Amino acid sequence: MEKEILISVERIYRYYGDYCAVNNVSFNLSRGEVLGFLGPNGAGKSTTMQIICGVLTASAGRVNVAGHDIINDAKAAKAHLGFLPEQPPLYHDLTVDEYLTYTARLRGLQYRPAKSAVEYSKQRCGLTAVGHRLLRNLSKGYQQRTGIAQAIIHSPDVIVLDEPTIGLDPIQIREIRKLIRELGKDHGVILSTHILPEVQSVCDRVLIIDQGELVLDKEIENLGEARTTIKAAFRQPPDMAELTGIDGIDNVERLTDNCFLIDLAEDGKPLDRLVNQAVDANWGLYQLQPATDTLEETFTLLVSGRQSKKGGTS
Amino acid sequence: MSNISAIATHEMRRLFKSPLAWTILGVVEFLLAMFFLLLLSEFMNPAPWNTGRGVTEIVVTGLFQISGIIVLLVTPFITMRIFSEERRNGTMSLLLSSPVSLTEMVVGKYLGLLGFCLVLLGLIALMPLSLFLGTPVDFLLLLSGLFGLILLIASFTAIGMFISTLTGQPSAAAIMTFGVLFVLWMINLAANTGNETTREVLSYLSLLNHYNNLIIGAVNSVDVIYYLIVILTFITLSIWRLDAERLHQ
Repeated sequence: MEKEILISVERIYRYYGDYCAVNNVSFNLSRGEVLGFLGPNGAGKSTTMQIICGVLTASAGRVNVAGHDIINDAKAAKAHLGFLPEQPPLYHDLTVDEYLTYTARLRGLQYRPAKSAVEYSKQRCGLTAVGHRLLRNLSKGYQQRTGIAQAIIHSPDVIVLDEPTIGLDPIQIREIRKLIRELGKDHGVILSTHILPEVQSVCDRVLIIDQGELVLDKEIENLGEARTTIKAAFRQPPDMAELTGIDGIDNVERLTDNCFLIDLAEDGKPLDRLVNQAVDANWGLYQLQPATDTLEETFTLLVSGRQSKKGGTS
Repeated sequence: MSNISAIATHEMRRLFKSPLAWTILGVVEFLLAMFFLLLLSEFMNPAPWNTGRGVTEIVVTGLFQISGIIVLLVTPFITMRIFSEERRNGTMSLLLSSPVSLTEMVVGKYLGLLGFCLVLLGLIALMPLSLFLGTPVDFLLLLSGLFGLILLIASFTAIGMFISTLTGQPSAAAIMTFGVLFVLWMINLAANTGNETTREVLSYLSLLNHYNNLIIGAVNSVDVIYYLIVILTFITLSIWRLDAERLHQ
């Protein structure tokens, strides 16, 4: 069955004066999908997210949220949205409970459902212990969590999170990622981040945006299509010639006495052959790991490649 | 409707959480209590030219005259942060991404501010009401003055709210509001110069002229409509301004 499309962004542009911050961006988000939004600083990630959520208006193009146009049918569209901007939108003179109750009411929940929604969302974001405390007095991590709590309080179909894990400690980051994955099961989630491993561990699909243009829209699983590099270490290291002799191995670089950096060709199963060979010849293989993650490779390739191209032409 | 009330109660609650609101209530009450006592002693020992005027005319009308000026001075502080602070804290995006129309947002915030102003007016009204303990008072004159003060502060609030949408700095909004209110207040001084038509137009525009009619007990529909037009105009301008901002930020 076709998955329900929650957001469709069609050819949006956004100009700040003459500066074009978002240039012809189109993509879809389905239910049950976590979409990672990557890009260098100032690439247009936040602007795109703000346009999706109706905070800014696109200069041209259309955004549909759960079948409702974000401009012409704004109220219906926004009822399906939960948004955490880059700076959590907190009222620092309120307590967590008061703040969350207000955000629930803003999203159209009546008094009683709002109350239980606040409890539920506090529990999900680990805020139960700080409900009565003033937002001003909370640490950055708790403030960030409160920001996430307000975005999910009305259990919207679409959750848009702009750099949700910023300012959190590693344990909190893990918890939030777990939460996002859970949310991704029956909602649609868009999150932007600078942290590449985050995208890899949380997202199903990645969008890379650079200088306002969408340069990549791909499932995470399909990212590894390009050739990859692995790091291998042996107790009884073979000669370079023996390694390069294996079919499908393009290039070998010796890092230390025992450790090699090996480039594998795209097709065939060079890794299988390498491992078999290592067992047969008793090389004592004790370490085998991807040397660079493919996302980082792709990202650097796309973004820096484009920048040098632009630099060359100007 | 529930959106409007949610926003309005939120704004009221936040105002009362800030020391500013309590300070305003305290200072206004203190200043007006002083004037009230002065006016009362003037009534007890009337100057020769003042004899023959009743307690309502001297004390109540006098008190409302002073109240008008004091309200002009404090309204900018009540309205300054209503939108500019949202922008500064980044909470504007919470409002804009919620299923709340701009009209609901603006009207909700306006009603929240107005709620606070009504508390302020209630405190002011207690003083002339206390006269009932000792002497008969012209109740209708008192009512008309109170009505005038409500309209006056409601239009000040609408103007202040609009100016707050223009800037991200609450203090800048306050000083701008003060300037605009003062000009609208004083404009009838300028009406003394110029030809017949300018005089008419300027004195019609003055917030003061219309208020003076109401506090001496003359409730003309012209004056009431004048204030309603001011209120509606500035509410509409606020909505337009926020709408335009999403496009040309």
